[in-house]
Order: sequence, then structure tokens, then C-alpha cells
Amino acid sequence: MNIPWLTVLGLLPLAGALLLVALPRTAARAAGLAVSLLALVLGGWVVAQHLAGAPLAEQVPWIPQIGAYWALGPTDGLSLTMVALTLVLTPVVLLASWRDEDRRGGASEAVRDVAEVRQREQVLVGAGGPERPATVGGGAGGGAATAAEQPRRWSARAFFALVLALEGFALLAFLTTDVLLFFLLFDAILLPMYFLIGAFGGANRKRAASRFLIFALGGGLIMLASVIGLYVVSARAGEPSFLVADLAALGIGGEVGRWLFVGFFIAFAVKAPMVPVHTWLPDAAEESTPAGAVLLVGILDKLGTFGMIRFCLGLFPEASLWATPVVLVLALVSILYGALAAIGSKDLMRLVAFTSISHFGFIVLGIFAWTSQSMSGSILYMLNHGLSTAALFLVVGYLVKRRGSRSVEAFGGVQKVAPVAAGLLLFAGLSTLALPGLSSFVSEFLVLAGTFSRYPAVAAVATLGIVLAALYILLMYQRTMTGPVTDDVRDHVRSDLDGRERLTLAPLVVLIVVLGFFPAPVLDAVAPVVGATLEQAGVADPAPSVGQEAN
Amino acid sequence: MEITPPSLEYARLMPLIVVFAGACLGVLVEAVTPRSARWPVQVGLTFLTLLVAGALTVSGWSAADVGISALGSVAVDLPTYFVWTALLVLGALSLLLFTERRLNGGVSAFAPQAAAVPGSVDEELAIRARTEHSEVYPLALFSLFGMMLFAAASDLLVMFVALEILSLPLYLVCALARRRRLLSQEAGLKYFLLGALASAFFLYGVAMLYGYAGSFDLAALDAAISAGQQSTWLLLVGMAGVSIGLLFKVAAVPFHSWTPDVYTGAPTAVTAFMASCTKIAAVAALLRVFYVGLGGLRWDWQPLMALLAVLTMAVGALLAITQTDVKRMLAYSSITHAGFMLTAVTGASLSSGARDLSSVGATLFYLVAYGAASVGAFAVVTLVRDRNGEASSLDDWAGLGRRHPWLAGAFSVFMLSFAGIPLTSGFIAKVSVFESAWSGGYAWLVVVGVVLSLLAAYFYLRVIVTLFFADPRPRAAAVTTDAGTTAPTGEPDPTTGAGPAGPAAAGPTAEAAQPGAGALSVATRSEEGAAAPAEETSVTSTASRPELGAGEVGVGRAGVATYAAVAVAVALTVVFGLVPGPLLELALQASVFLR
Repeated sequence: MNIPWLTVLGLLPLAGALLLVALPRTAARAAGLAVSLLALVLGGWVVAQHLAGAPLAEQVPWIPQIGAYWALGPTDGLSLTMVALTLVLTPVVLLASWRDEDRRGGASEAVRDVAEVRQREQVLVGAGGPERPATVGGGAGGGAATAAEQPRRWSARAFFALVLALEGFALLAFLTTDVLLFFLLFDAILLPMYFLIGAFGGANRKRAASRFLIFALGGGLIMLASVIGLYVVSARAGEPSFLVADLAALGIGGEVGRWLFVGFFIAFAVKAPMVPVHTWLPDAAEESTPAGAVLLVGILDKLGTFGMIRFCLGLFPEASLWATPVVLVLALVSILYGALAAIGSKDLMRLVAFTSISHFGFIVLGIFAWTSQSMSGSILYMLNHGLSTAALFLVVGYLVKRRGSRSVEAFGGVQKVAPVAAGLLLFAGLSTLALPGLSSFVSEFLVLAGTFSRYPAVAAVATLGIVLAALYILLMYQRTMTGPVTDDVRDHVRSDLDGRERLTLAPLVVLIVVLGFFPAPVLDAVAPVVGATLEQAGVADPAPSVGQEAN
Repeated sequence: MEITPPSLEYARLMPLIVVFAGACLGVLVEAVTPRSARWPVQVGLTFLTLLVAGALTVSGWSAADVGISALGSVAVDLPTYFVWTALLVLGALSLLLFTERRLNGGVSAFAPQAAAVPGSVDEELAIRARTEHSEVYPLALFSLFGMMLFAAASDLLVMFVALEILSLPLYLVCALARRRRLLSQEAGLKYFLLGALASAFFLYGVAMLYGYAGSFDLAALDAAISAGQQSTWLLLVGMAGVSIGLLFKVAAVPFHSWTPDVYTGAPTAVTAFMASCTKIAAVAALLRVFYVGLGGLRWDWQPLMALLAVLTMAVGALLAITQTDVKRMLAYSSITHAGFMLTAVTGASLSSGARDLSSVGATLFYLVAYGAASVGAFAVVTLVRDRNGEASSLDDWAGLGRRHPWLAGAFSVFMLSFAGIPLTSGFIAKVSVFESAWSGGYAWLVVVGVVLSLLAAYFYLRVIVTLFFADPRPRAAAVTTDAGTTAPTGEPDPTTGAGPAGPAAAGPTAEAAQPGAGALSVATRSEEGAAAPAEETSVTSTASRPELGAGEVGVGRAGVATYAAVAVAVALTVVFGLVPGPLLELALQASVFLR
């Protein structure tokens, strides 16, 4: 029997999410972790199949009337890189939030949070209204009074189920080669993320979650117009189909191609996010839990850059070339603006979010520099950024949870109290600023070198981003970790990272170091995709002499 | 002179006949059965009728028994079969809500005695005698018959008659709410007056078109337009008149103003019926008139229709954002969806070559997707209650998701479907109507529609936010202040959703709990009118409904029927979202009208 392994891989976390709802609370966490690990194993097998030269692919008619298919694969380097990232980050995230979710906790529970709840409580008492105990959230609350003091949160079971649902949608979205199915998943994935922010985040989480959703839906709907347009074009050309391969064969160009490209690009730019449609990310990352932020920036936002390569460049090469100058400028602005905003940021979670905007600028730059070097670098960058940002968010989250505040000023001298946490923060930070020997260095170098060979001026400006990156990471470290231990830190940061917390960071650290020294397997895997994309656009790498100068 | 008897295709018309006969039998039941037996007998008869009619429709459909029937006045074609099936299924779902009695303490949600003046002694007596209007079932069946005929009529005069048959019972049942009777009566009256006006326009248009074509037949009208012999003015005025009549029923801007008031005032079960079935029938008739009768005039009406679609989407979405009452918001949402359907109507694209989608098919799919979600959404509205009945103010729904996750989850599914979020049928529906518009050469309309979809998504998602993330507010203050403001004003104030909108809101449970106090309360009410009963209820009803404290909103315990309606609606919405293929296939096959 022919088992559709890709479908199984994608549906496994989704089924797990449903299963969790049915399980008793106590077993849910273990079951959730088990499902995510099982998916990791299965994913490893899929990757092995691909590397063994037998890429998996499935294709079943889904809505034959409009030419939509349940089409997963054939797997390629791009999709598998993203799948691997998703599969690795999910168990890490689950383990990292193992103890968070049944009680007050999580990084974003600032002091003002309690104050707000107290205030609300007084209003309730004053009006004589009955206080209903929360039935879904606040399982750890001892009595009605303690339950009221805590902001109502949902249960760990709900958190784990949502994370698994997000994982499943992400896996399917990265694997699919049908535009309509991709769009469906691209939008569907917003729902678990929305609840992850809105139900588990900090004091202003509702606002942040709504903002996130409105931005993403807005982008998605603009893309929907383009998706419909694609169908019309393909129907006029003969057989209507949503398959990427069929659509790419049409060679959609001219004015129509440009309009459709713009629709796709706006959606991906919102998702990635690029300046000027980035404003939702700092809020969302700030207000969500560290685990939510990892998923948001590490996985969800990758759909944007993934989509740019797969759909913008893949379907509309002509229009992509046409739009390159504008996109490059936007990417530069993102790099510099994100870095400057990170330097000026007073909130640690927000700071990390801004660094991501800068990094997404680099990724987009590499994609639209149209060289095999820079595009390979971008794909690798997507992987590395996911790993290093996850590490950064998690360490920051652990520290913030201890200190009870996200503010940079609330910290000082932590490295004397919690040396392991400080060390890991420094490690993650250095990985973020692309220290040679850590994985981000390779990708950032490839992006810049590739860009230089075609657009030297652009690369020169982008290099400023590296300098600024060093500034925002080291300044942050200096302000929070070094110096004399402040009283507040001594009061609150009583313990260093415990075993579970170290365990969550261990795989990330190992991967960052390994990929820093041996990026070749990933680069080899993505080379065919990059080559095909460039060939389709009719772009050849610039003469190597220019590349020599870059070095 | 020899008179040849008209030949009728009885077998083909049997679904229509069965529904009509069921309705007539229902009237007879009212006359001959004892009062206590009427309700169950009517329920049984109604659902038996629907079942038989449904079976006949499906068998006729599968046998592809199509043809212009009844002397050219009824076109039984594939679109007709699709619409009939949709009407019967969604009508049955809505009628399940009619049967709900457990929520109200053992009586129906309809007025005990429609003829009694609200707040009068007669009404009190009727409440205490626990009388019920089981006539709502035959009325609903008559209306359903009208809808089926309306969607199938290939003759403008028959269409007009069908329009009246479907409308008149609706005017009546709209005014039959047990609670907030004044609002309900106002809704009925408003619907009647505006509906009569629209009917007049329709009839006037029919007369003009008759003057133009010399026939009521849609095919003859089409032939006359192709020949183009007559005065264009007759044709254009006639088209305008007929369109106004149809667009009124569709609830398209600028003929939408009745919708919010009527949807809010009518008993919620009736609103569900109207939102799903009336919309289906009206849009189907609109398609038939414009595609069969006025198809030759396409270049003239397409730009106008595009404009109406934009207006309808925009006005519906913008006003829905400002609503604070769930029922009223759903009413505006129904206007918005009329706009989305009009985009497909505007496109007027046919399936050609390898492209299967067509305007008719897309619209039919949309109707089913929207209708199922609508019935479900209104069913949930009937379940969320405080001691005075339904609590439809958005504030009252705050935090409902924490206490009743399943119910809130179901409502969220409907909202997501309305918003066109993937994994629900609304998404596929939206894709197909927009595609039809684009293929018809209206790409700009798609872009506008997409932007307005975002606007619409905003208020649907706001409901979900309220359900899951908002904190419930204490309502003690709201109840007492509302009692004073519930006089029958011209515009029902959406903010009074929380309070009783008339003496009837005191409800039977209160009386049942304290029969001794009845006489006293009758006297008080007849003198003081609307202001009196609020304090009284706050004392009595808490005792009879232990699950709802003072000013508290909760989910009432309903009968199986209501839960079944919600469950079926959720199932339809999700299944057609994940596997839309089969339904889409049916809708697309049914996309060619017989002329």
C-alpha cells in the first residue's frame, strides 16, 4: 500500500491537537510533546527519503471544478528546510512552556498586569456584580480570590493543542504546491496564532492579537484577489489549475503578471514583515508569550519569505524582476530601521522583534538580489534566523519571567546571579549578530556577497546593518547583564536556568554551532531550487570577477 | 366551443403541491384538533411534509425530470431543483428552531395570543392559560411554498403571485414574538408596509414589461429584447420596477432599510428562516429574471448591478461595525452578503471550455454556505439568554467562550464562515463568487470586494474576541434603566437588547412561579404600562430559573431540536469548507436555466 507520508506528516500534529482536547488535562502536555516528537521523527524520515534521491510527492484532486489539488511535494530543499525548522522548534517551544500555562507566568506578565486586574476587581466589587470563577483558565488558582488576581488564561491543554495545530498548518503550507491550498493554510494558520497571542499573552494581548490578525487578514485578502486572478488567467489559457508547476509553465507576464505579483507580494511583505507594514510584529511579539513569539517569528513569518521565493519569483519572474528596485529599497529600509529601532527599544521582547525585522530585511535582500549565492544564503538565513531568534526569545523569556518585567532598565548585573542564563543570552545574541563560527554568519555573508556581485551599492548600505546588529546586541547585554547587581534583580532573579530550561536551549545551541561550521548539507539541498528559480527568470549569476572583488 | 383542459405535469410539480397541501392540512388541523394536541400534530405534519417534498425533489432531480411546466409558468430545471432542495433542507433546519419550547419554560417563542394588545389583561389571561399559536407551522409552509414557486417561476405574473405568497405569512409570523412584542409588531408592520411598496414597484415593472414584450413569459421577454422592436423606455422602466421588487427581498442597498429592524424584532427562529430561505428564493428569482428574461440587456444592467454590489457590501459592512446587538449585526451581515452575491450576479459569466465555474453555480453555492451558517448563528442567538429571554447585546456575550466553549466555538465557526476564512464553506463560496465576477470582466469589483471583505472580517472577528477574550460586565444597572426606554419608538434602540422591551417580557415563567401574584400584576401593568414589570421580574424569575442569577447571562437549556440545528449547521459549514467538491459540482451542473 502506498502511504501518503507527507499528508500523514502534516495531519499528525492536527490530529494530535484534536486528541489533546479529548484528553484529561494532566496527560495533555505529555501527549502534545510526544506528538511533536513523533512528527520530528517522521519528518526526519521524509528528509532522509529526499536526500536518498526519492523525493516524496502526492497529488489528489481536491476541488476538481476549479482545478485545486491536495498537492504536497515534490519535496525540495526549500520546503524541507522550512519543514525541518518547524519540526525542531515545536517540541522546543512545548517544552519551554511546560510549566507556564496553568498559572500566572510567562514573560509578559508585567507588574502592571496585576494592577490592572486589581483595578478591574474593584470595579466589579463596587458595582456589586457577581464574580464568576473562570472555568477554562486559571486552573492553578486556589480559590475565587486568587483566581481573580490572576488574569484569566486558558489551560495548558489549549496551549499545547494550539501549538500543534499551528505546526500542522505550517507543515502543510510549506509542503504544498497548490496555490489555493497554500492560501487556505496561509490564512488558517492565523487562527491558532491569534489565540496563542490573545489567550496567553500579556496585559495588552487582545489589542496586539487583533492588530496581528487584521494586518495578516488584510494581506491575505489582497493575495486572495491575486489567487482568483491567477485562476482566471489559467482558465483563459486552457485548463484551469492551481498547481504551481502548471501556473509557472504559463509564464504569466506583462501587466496582468505585475498586478498579480503585487497582490502576492503585499501579503508576503506583511507576513515577513517588511517596513512599512511591520508595525504589528513588535506589539504581537511583545504581548505574546516567549513561546508564542518563537512560533510567530520563527515559523509563521517564514511563510512570507518562503512565499516570495515559491510564488512571487516562481510564478511571476518577469514581474519580480520589474519590482526588484523597489523591493531592494524596502529591504534596506527594513534592515536599517529594524536595527535602529532595536537599539532604541526599552522592552526586551520588542527589541528581539525589531532585530527580526532587520533580519527579514536581509532575507528579502538576498532573495531579490537574483544571484544563486544570495538566494541560497537567504534560505539558509531563514533556517538560522529561526534557530537563533528562538534561542534569544526563550532566554529573554526565562529572564523576564524571573524578573517580572520586560523592561531593559529593570535588569542589571544578571550575569553574577544567573551566569548560565546570561551566557546563553550572549550566545544567542552573538548568533543573531552573525559572529563567525555561528550559523548566521554563513548566511549573512552569502547574502551580502551575492548582493554585492550584482548591486554593490545596496550591499554596502546593507553592511551597515551588521554594525548596528553588533550595537543592539552588545548594548542590550551590557545594560542588562553586566555591571553591579541591582536590588530588584537580587530580589527577583533567585535562580539560574533549571534543567528543563537548559534542555530546551540545548538543541538550538547545538544546531547553531553545527550549521556554523557545516552549512554545506543545507546549501547543497537548496541549490537545485535556487538554480531552477533563477533559470526560470532567465537570470544568470554575474561574472565571477565581480564576486572576487566582493571577497 | 370546445375547451381543452390545461395539462399539468403533476409528477414534476409534486414537491410544490406537497408543500402547499401540507400547509392547507395544517390549517385544517387548527380547526379540528383539540388545543393540547395541536402543537405536536403540527410539528409532525410539517416535518412529514418537508420530508416527503424533499424526497420527491431529490428523486425528480436525480431522474433529471426537467421541463417548462404548468403551461409555461413554472420552469422546473436544474437550478430549480438545487434551490428547492436547499430551501427544504434549510427551511427544515429553521423550523427545528420553531419547535423549541424548553427554553421558554415549556411554551413556544411565539406570542400566546397575537390579537391581544401587549400588556393587556387579555394577554395575561392568555399567558396564564398557556395558549400557543401553532398556526406558525402552516404559515411557514405557505411561505416556503411561495419561495419554491418564486424561485421556479418563469412567468412574471406567477412570480408576483409567488412573491406575495411568500411574503404575507412572513409579515404575520414576524409580529408574533412572545417577548418584546411591541418591537416584534413594529417589525411586522414595517416589513408589511415596505414590502407592499416593493411589491407595487414589482407589479408596475411587470406591467411595463408586459407592455414591451406582450407576454409575461421570461423567454418571450428575452425574444422581444433580441428583436428590439419596442420602446426602450417601457423596457427600462419595467426592468427598474422588477429589480426594485427583487432587490428588496434580497436586501440590497438602497432597498435594505427594513432588514435590521425586521431581523431584530422578529422571533429569532423566524429571522433564521428569513435570513436563509427568503434570501435563497429571492436571489434565485433575481438570477432567473436577469439571466433569462433580461439577459439581452446585460450591458445595460451590469454596471448598475456592480454599483449596487459595491454599495451593498460597503453599507452593510460599515453599519455592521457600529452595531452593539448581535441580532442586528447579523442583519447587517446579511446585507453585506447580498452584496457579495451581487458581485457574482454582475459578472454574468458562463462556464466555458475547461472552466467549470459560472455565476449561477457560484451564487447557488454561496447561498447554501451562507444559509447554513445563518441558521446556525441565529440558533445560537436563541440559546444565549438572561432571565428576560434572549440576551443579544454584544456586551452580554462577553466571555461566553470561557463558560460555554462549545457553543461559542460553534458561533465562531459561523462567524469565520461569514468572514470567508479558509476551512469553512464561506471561503470557497467567496472565492467562487469573486472568480465569477472577475471572469465576467469585473476585476475591479473583485478588488473592491476584497477590501470590503476585510472590513466585514473585522466585525465578525470582533464577535469572536468578545466571546473568548472579553470580561463579562455586570448588568444589574442595565436592566433597570432599560425598562423605562422600551416604549415603541420608531427606531428600536439596539442598546436595549439587554432589557425587557415591553410587558410581555415578564414571561410565563414568572407567572408560573407565582400564580397568586398574577391578579395583582395584571392590575399594575394595565395602569402603568411598560415601566412596571422590571422590578417584579427581578423578584419572581430568579426563583423559577435557578441557573440564571440577577442580571446574569447564560445559556438556556434547550431541547434537542435547537442543538441539532446548531450541530447540523456547523457540520455543513465545516464539511463544505473542507470538501466543497460535491456541492460545488451540483451547483455548477445546475447553472443553466431552462428558457
